Amino acid sequence: MIYLDNAATTKPCREAVDAVMNACAEFGNPSSLHRLGLGAEKIIKNAKKSVADLMGAAPENIYFTSGGTEANNMAIFGAARASRKKHIITTKIEHPSVLEPFRRLEREGFFVDYIGVDAQGTVNLDELYKRLDSDAALVSMMHVNDETGTVQPVEEVRQIIKERAPDALFHIDAVQSYAKLPLQVKKLGADLISVSAHKINALKGCGALYIGQGRIEPLIIGGGQQKNMRSGTENVTGIAAFGAAARVHKADNRERIAELRKRLKDGIFERIPDVKYNGGESFSPYVLNVSFLGIKAEILLHSLEARRIYVSTVSACSSNKPMPSHVLSAMGCTPKEIEGAIRMSFDNTLAEPDIELALCALCDEVAKIRKYMR
Amino acid sequence: MREVVLVKYGEIILKGGNRPVFERVLMKNIKNALRNIAEINISIAQATIYIEAEQEKLDAVCERLLKVFGIVSVTRAGVCEKNIESIKNAVCEYCGADLKPGMSFKVEAKRSDKRFPLDSIQIAQTVGAELHDSNPGLIVDVHKPQVVVRVEVRDTAAYVYSTLNKRAGQGGMPTGTGNRATLLLSGGIDSPVAGHMIAKRGVEIDAVNFFSFPYTSDRAKEKVIELASILARYTSKVNLYVVPFTEIQLEIRDKCPEEHMTLIMRRFMMRIAERVAVKNKSAALITGESVGQVASQTIAALNVTNTVCKMPVLRPVIGMDKNEIVDRARRIGTFETSILPYEDCCTVFTPKHPTTQPRLAAIEKSESALDVEQLIERAMEGIEKIEVYPD
Repeated sequence: MIYLDNAATTKPCREAVDAVMNACAEFGNPSSLHRLGLGAEKIIKNAKKSVADLMGAAPENIYFTSGGTEANNMAIFGAARASRKKHIITTKIEHPSVLEPFRRLEREGFFVDYIGVDAQGTVNLDELYKRLDSDAALVSMMHVNDETGTVQPVEEVRQIIKERAPDALFHIDAVQSYAKLPLQVKKLGADLISVSAHKINALKGCGALYIGQGRIEPLIIGGGQQKNMRSGTENVTGIAAFGAAARVHKADNRERIAELRKRLKDGIFERIPDVKYNGGESFSPYVLNVSFLGIKAEILLHSLEARRIYVSTVSACSSNKPMPSHVLSAMGCTPKEIEGAIRMSFDNTLAEPDIELALCALCDEVAKIRKYMR
Repeated sequence: MREVVLVKYGEIILKGGNRPVFERVLMKNIKNALRNIAEINISIAQATIYIEAEQEKLDAVCERLLKVFGIVSVTRAGVCEKNIESIKNAVCEYCGADLKPGMSFKVEAKRSDKRFPLDSIQIAQTVGAELHDSNPGLIVDVHKPQVVVRVEVRDTAAYVYSTLNKRAGQGGMPTGTGNRATLLLSGGIDSPVAGHMIAKRGVEIDAVNFFSFPYTSDRAKEKVIELASILARYTSKVNLYVVPFTEIQLEIRDKCPEEHMTLIMRRFMMRIAERVAVKNKSAALITGESVGQVASQTIAALNVTNTVCKMPVLRPVIGMDKNEIVDRARRIGTFETSILPYEDCCTVFTPKHPTTQPRLAAIEKSESALDVEQLIERAMEGIEKIEVYPD
């Protein structure tokens, strides 16, 4: 099996699975006063430290959620509702778990700006500069785009916010960059950062929100766990796995993965005619998006699947809706380019022979499908 | 009060000398359908089937019976002793609560035990008077009442119920009384409805699906299995034959004119379905075709696809509009599954301008570029059989 869909989800690593087993044995409720509760609390404390370390944050700024979607919802609704200001800003290429909260807030009376991107998928900073003013309560932006891997200039965005709207909170959706790019809270200068466990070889159903400066309203209220910011008994097994996976990822070799990506990309451009790279010069080594013109990506996906090679058409979360990618549309891609777009996403376990096999399969299958498509 | 479920069956009664055969099959189907739901006591008398089960299982029993073909109505009834005082009390207790002031009603009584001291009319009058007295505001209307309260005095007990307890069943004939037919089941809206309509006439259903991986995905196949399993809720089991169809589609795409593609594909489907049918002792094919719905379903096109098989092709939705078919799909519960987005084999290999008025000779000529027999044989060899049961 050659799994090239790591931006959708990753295989849980050995360490994460062991941590789950251990946490199942320590089954207490972390809020219980007895020693079983303490055992569970300790697991969370350790995991929190590992998750925080990997982004250069202090553990007390980490709040566990049910995943990236909840972290994004919590950041956006939390920041918007805690502010008296009614202007919030995001981009056109965000994940639905950001775009939908913005649309909801828009219906509730907020004034929303959706900033556009250029052909490489990079956010238009001039537009952002113009739109931002001291009325803004929140700017939300992804670090790495899930469909194309384009890296956004978040540090420059931070500068613009400082200059134009020093009071606005800055939220970064770092689901695709956490544990994959060198990510330091201080350097990013974000107030809120969303991350997800299952994208870094831990389990589905767990994520976290980093909350630095600035107050936000909790999204889920109840028993007051996690300092009242996120009620609900903690998902101890998921959190334990998250911590373990974060520790493992510290040793990631990004240069090697960048090399694999380059090999695959160069190979595609050398061996297959009529292809287009969808992305920028500033990219995550973990994602590669290419359009094979004249084919339907879904058919290519299934032919590769028959060879046990797994890729994606658009971000897995939205591929059950038969609508064109909003990301590629915003980048100005033609319908034909969007129809033929495939995302290949990497992780540590891949090696050069996998890439060579994937390349051969792509050559064969693309040629075969093109023969039958008009 | 003890409760019982009364099952009435319609058309079977007209079967004359064969009636006991049909009744036996229906009883067997009911037992099968309820096997995993409850321990039941089942008996039959005077064109009514009586089912007893634990009180808390009765809802589930009724739900399940509503999907059994051959049943016209399912009614829950109270059971009481055969004396007029018990009957009066039972009616007031069991039916009284449902009768609201302002409703019009009448009481009908049936007495199959002629030794019972009161005759039907006297029972009705006595019970009606009692109900009227104990439920102020009820209006007696013997011509067009909103609610009919029924009292049946049978051999062992008396049964009381009102028409408010009565629910309409599927009707039709018991599955297994009408041969076997093979349904061409796509992932769409029409074919499951067609299958249900024929199954309702007592026919056992096999299904054939044409699978074009990688042009359709495993999810599309899952969807077809799901549809078969919804049909199986009514028939208790559907044998699904999944035919590998990619090679045939690619060959057609390669060697035949584009505008004839769909019709030639349909002809292959009919031929293969007929062979599957013959092999499994099926006597007819069923399709979800409806005149003029798409290019391959004009009467001229149906002529072209019909000529390749000798078996009768049943097309129960042939004269229905799309919205009528959709209504039925919703009623039988297949609609939500049918509209899942996974592409089925019809959508990828669709010509831009398909022929709507094809001539048979022209299609046959186009088709002659293919080794039809060999393609069919290879597809037949790759068939996967899946036995599908209700979830």
